Amino acid sequence: MNLLEIKNLHAAIGDTKILHGIDLTINRGEVHAIMGPNGSGKSTLSYVLSGRDGYEVTEGEILLDGESVLEMEADERARAGMFLAFQYPVELPGVTGMSFLRAAVNARRREAGEDEVDQLEFVKLVRAAAADLGVDNEMLKRAVNVGFSGGEKKRYEILQMALLKPSLAVLDETDSGLDVDALKIVSDGVNAQRGDDCGMLVITHYQRLLSHIVPDFVHILAGGRIIKSGDKSLALEVEENGYAGLVNAA
Amino acid sequence: MVATTETIAAVEDATGAYKYGFVTDIETEKAPKGLNEDIIAFISAKKNEPEWMLEWRLKAYRHWLKMDSPDWAKLNIPEIDYQDVYYYAAPKSAEGPKSLDEVDPELLATYEKLGIPLNEQKMLAGVAVDAVFDSVSVATTFREELAKSGVIFCPISEAIREYPELIKKYMGSVVPVADNYFSALNSAVFTDGSFVYIPKGVRCPMELSTYFRINEKNTGQFERTLIIAEDNSYVSYLEGCTAPQRDENQLHAAVVELVAMEDAEIKYSTVQNWYPGDETGKGGIYNFVTKRGICRGDRAKISWTQVETGSAITWKYPSCILKGRDSVGEFYSVAVTNGAQQADTGTKMIHLGEGSRSTIISKGISAGKSQNTYRGLVEVHKPAEGARNFTQCDSLLVGDKCGAHTVPYIVSRNPSGKIEHEATTSRISEDQLFYCLQRGMDEEESVSLIVNGFCKEVMKELPMEFAVEAQKLIGISLEGSVG
Repeated sequence: MNLLEIKNLHAAIGDTKILHGIDLTINRGEVHAIMGPNGSGKSTLSYVLSGRDGYEVTEGEILLDGESVLEMEADERARAGMFLAFQYPVELPGVTGMSFLRAAVNARRREAGEDEVDQLEFVKLVRAAAADLGVDNEMLKRAVNVGFSGGEKKRYEILQMALLKPSLAVLDETDSGLDVDALKIVSDGVNAQRGDDCGMLVITHYQRLLSHIVPDFVHILAGGRIIKSGDKSLALEVEENGYAGLVNAA
Repeated sequence: MVATTETIAAVEDATGAYKYGFVTDIETEKAPKGLNEDIIAFISAKKNEPEWMLEWRLKAYRHWLKMDSPDWAKLNIPEIDYQDVYYYAAPKSAEGPKSLDEVDPELLATYEKLGIPLNEQKMLAGVAVDAVFDSVSVATTFREELAKSGVIFCPISEAIREYPELIKKYMGSVVPVADNYFSALNSAVFTDGSFVYIPKGVRCPMELSTYFRINEKNTGQFERTLIIAEDNSYVSYLEGCTAPQRDENQLHAAVVELVAMEDAEIKYSTVQNWYPGDETGKGGIYNFVTKRGICRGDRAKISWTQVETGSAITWKYPSCILKGRDSVGEFYSVAVTNGAQQADTGTKMIHLGEGSRSTIISKGISAGKSQNTYRGLVEVHKPAEGARNFTQCDSLLVGDKCGAHTVPYIVSRNPSGKIEHEATTSRISEDQLFYCLQRGMDEEESVSLIVNGFCKEVMKELPMEFAVEAQKLIGISLEGSVG
């Protein structure tokens, strides 16, 4: 069964239609990249998929593991295996990184009818995963994203992903705000999670992320439609010629 | 901290209702309804009080008759018929139990149900409890243990008989009888509460705690607490309160006095969870409380921490008179209002001593149609050379039908005084909520997580044993505030 099937998806924010009929299928083990110019609907797609309030599906269907998610709330979709790495991770004053991770992991475990995590085991688990991403213990004691640098925010997003083990990970402009070194650490973290259990949708403006997280498929989004699909060479083509040629050709 | 998992568990088992709303069916002895000198004499006689105490009460009553209910708070208080209230209600079986074995099993079961087991083996290690049920103290645990170090922890009615010199010296010394309308009323009709005395140089070996329960219908609870910490002593005290779910409003007017001598420290924490009434504002406790402490000696310290989630109306300003040199006053407050609740709460820091310092951290959370006001006074008097105050008032709004208000009064009569006031008002942002939801937490858990984060500075001041309970409470009080 396909992991994610998007069929003829139309979506709007209020009266403004943003997506005009998107079709996309992602299987487990695949990494798809969505590229597109500003205002093409990339972030909207990520919010529509994850069920954010205010983003209305006016036509079409989204199936996760064959089940429609349209009637599911954002938290239900998350527990069903959908994960969104935010372009701008949100500050939660007073909520420590560690306690936030525990709450998120426990929410999934309860859904699965499992016991909540053992505190000590969990701390060990988190520390091991955090070390791989260069996230130190001190950072986990601080409030979520408060005073984090751009790189720290993105590393914390990927750490959450590593612990939550989603079946579908949507990475929204994960490269934004990262310098070269941070980009490498974050990309390595994402690559470590590639595998047969997980499908990924990598949303990006630039090709540079895709030389670190090499996609199996590349789609160009413009004007709320996928105007071209191909393999990783399509990303290089965009890098070379810009979006304008592709958009005009479509 | 274990905020989230605990909160969720609480939210789940509370199923949207006030958890402590049950009524204990127990035979009660009541004074007739109404307030007059005979009723006061009845209460005094019931408590076997000496003559001077009755005189003190009557004096207070006569003052009260001439006073008016305060109307300056941002509260809409319906007219209260003081003649339609029972001023004394006591479980019949409660007349003078000497040991836990003699306490009515029905009462023990009630406290067990409230999560306050009075059986010493079952209790939280290191916490002594005085259980006040309507107008009487029904049990005080660990008294012998405490007596070994010279600490007195007993019902105030007993202290009046056993330690009259201490009572005469200190009762009314911090909150004078005629201080305000409710303190005068309390002074006339108070029935029970706790008395704590920590001798010189003693660090109280355990947390002391009083658990107030209003059970009887149409009954007011008028408790009186007095804590005295002699030179160089330390005590941490916590009070908790609940009441059955009833359609009528009930009155709770308490007076708490703290006296800290040289180098003494009193830490006073409150987790207030009186029945708040339903969403339409029907029922609930009117909580009119006067709490004040005095740092009499140099370097004395008084710290108030309150988590206020209950009551239909809260009128409460735990305060510090900083008389000693370099004395310290602290006020940490979380006030959560939801539904139709109204809270007007804050503190007064009265700086008299040279170098006295105070800190005020107030976190107000308003949800539903509630109104939540911080009202605080910082006053630096002439002798308070170099006094310092720092105040931070943060308000968080949940939804768009509630109100948050901050009313700081600042008076400085000494130019060397340094007073800082910071205030913020914010909403739970849609971004924050979505971020939590996207990680799989449901809406109520998400709000509870964000709100507990917002209150963290205050919550960390609570004794460990109670921090978890307080976090749960905040989650429960905000139920139904979103969506």
